[in-house]
Amino acid sequence: MTDIAKATDVFMNKIDAQVAAHLDACVRCGQCSEACHFYQVTGDPKYTPVYKLKPLETVYQRYKAPLSGIKRMLGLAPPELTASDLEDWAELVYDACTLCGLCTVVCPMGIDIASMVRKVREGFSAAGLVPEGLTGAAQRAIEIGSPLGIKPQTLEKIIAEQAEEVGIPIELNKVGVDYLVILSAMEVLNFYEVIGALARLFKKAGVTWTISTDAYEATNVGIQMGNLEIAGTLVGRIVDAAEKLKVKYVISPECGHAYSALKWEGPNLLGRDYDFEVIHILELMDKLRREGRITFKGKDDRKLTYHDPCQIVRRGGIVREPRDLLGQVASNFVEMKDCGVYNICCGGGGGVSANPRAEDLRLKAFAVKKAQVDDLGGVDALVTSCANCRNVLEEGIEHYGMDLPVIGLSELLADYLDDEGDAASAT
Amino acid sequence: MTFLELTEGPLWYAAATIFVVGVVWQIVGIVLLGRKPDRSVPRGSALAGAVKANVLHLWPHGGFFNKTGFHLVAGYIFHIGLFVLVLFAAPHIVFIQDHITGFGWGALPRWGFVLAAEAAFCGLILLWARRIGDPVIRLLSTQDDLAGLWLTFIVMLTGCLALGESIEFLRALHMLTVDIWLIYFPFSRLMHGFTFVFSRGYMGATFGRRGVTP
Repeated sequence: MTDIAKATDVFMNKIDAQVAAHLDACVRCGQCSEACHFYQVTGDPKYTPVYKLKPLETVYQRYKAPLSGIKRMLGLAPPELTASDLEDWAELVYDACTLCGLCTVVCPMGIDIASMVRKVREGFSAAGLVPEGLTGAAQRAIEIGSPLGIKPQTLEKIIAEQAEEVGIPIELNKVGVDYLVILSAMEVLNFYEVIGALARLFKKAGVTWTISTDAYEATNVGIQMGNLEIAGTLVGRIVDAAEKLKVKYVISPECGHAYSALKWEGPNLLGRDYDFEVIHILELMDKLRREGRITFKGKDDRKLTYHDPCQIVRRGGIVREPRDLLGQVASNFVEMKDCGVYNICCGGGGGVSANPRAEDLRLKAFAVKKAQVDDLGGVDALVTSCANCRNVLEEGIEHYGMDLPVIGLSELLADYLDDEGDAASAT
Repeated sequence: MTFLELTEGPLWYAAATIFVVGVVWQIVGIVLLGRKPDRSVPRGSALAGAVKANVLHLWPHGGFFNKTGFHLVAGYIFHIGLFVLVLFAAPHIVFIQDHITGFGWGALPRWGFVLAAEAAFCGLILLWARRIGDPVIRLLSTQDDLAGLWLTFIVMLTGCLALGESIEFLRALHMLTVDIWLIYFPFSRLMHGFTFVFSRGYMGATFGRRGVTP
């Protein structure tokens, strides 16, 4: 049963100065619909991003806005939120928003709608309206350690196979190394070659690293579903493992929300600073490249383009690094129109790809991404740096009958790594 | 006391007081809601991000120029026309000098005034047409959005009627609508005229720390 009181309490607590300024500044111009792939493919006004905030706005205008008391007295405040309001909105909040944040770019008022949809999800989570796909993933993440149910023993086996394949030993739970590598479940399950790729790159650069069997999972389903208790538990696991292993850095992997969760939200979720630094794998690779610790030989001469993961680029600030890295290994790299900060989402971020209820809509929304790629007049492969994007892109490509391989950037770098010569000295 | 003396006297001062107190109350109320300190390690400057976001969002970016052209043109035509009218129409300068500042400035020639008025009307009518004609905006619009729009239109219309300044009743009618508009402003979405700075600023600060401005 939908707990409307809990949802209202959460909304009340989540309304701060930023939320209030955003909600008060909105002039209902509807421009945000132009940025939302769900609206673009359906033409249904209900998918307009700011409309998805209505439950939060109702509580704000009724209870928390300055002068709302006078409006209530005069009967000018919106009516109380009801359980059926929330139930009606669940699809808009969980199935039809990837939290990609492109709507902020188009908004003349600069309203950060995606962050407020996150807050709306927190209310919905308290009300018991999280879709099953996400609650199941959360349960597996808490009980097993991975949202896809990958057990430590399975991970160890995959790592051993990768170590054997590249001929480089990978030590688990090693205390005192510089870097702790964490992985997204999608990488471990579908794109495990990245582990071997990292081993080769790190060996060449002289980087000391390890993987923890206590905390190997980077993705944070708590963030996606809007449950901060679960989000905090999952971040806390990584932080505990990193501090136990006394590493200097935790490497956030090729996963958009994982980066957001650990780098930008983690310290706030835990209410404390970390004893280590968080560095994204692209930042680290670019740093190693600039320091001359990894060098490349040869270049991929296929026509390649790059899909920017929203949470890493538009909402994470890592824009230059992937391009500098691609410049090292791709001789025929082309940018999509409106790339970088303005890129179009794959359609499956923000937990949408983990929500089977949203699958049809997600595949429909992929048409917007497809059009962006098609606009290039044909490319040979799509490079990205988020395993979830990669999986969603592959599903969309298959759905639309396209012939377009998707490549992880770290793997591409490893393919052209100049392995010869001694390893650079470790720092 | 004549109708004009009422609308330019006690009613004007009451409306102006409600406007100022209401706007300050709203803004202070929003700011006092506060934000939790962000403990994440920044990659860039929050202040620079706030300033950049305020400038960047003055104009469409990110490839949205074509998709937002109608609203952009109508919005800017209306707002620029309105501000020119309010600040540079000769009767307004006299009123501001007599009732607010104590000093005046050069007024627009009549052709400039007419041009600004036409631009403001044209922009407002285009925005209204979009508001009632576009299914997205129709869904989003509330009574408040429409009331603010109509009230502004009526203020401008009565202003045109009072243009000759020869009929006192028309001038008083214009002042009455101005007074009502001022009283309505802090309680309505017209507040966007002030809150947009904070909205862009908070967003810019959040992402400025991350080294990006969406």
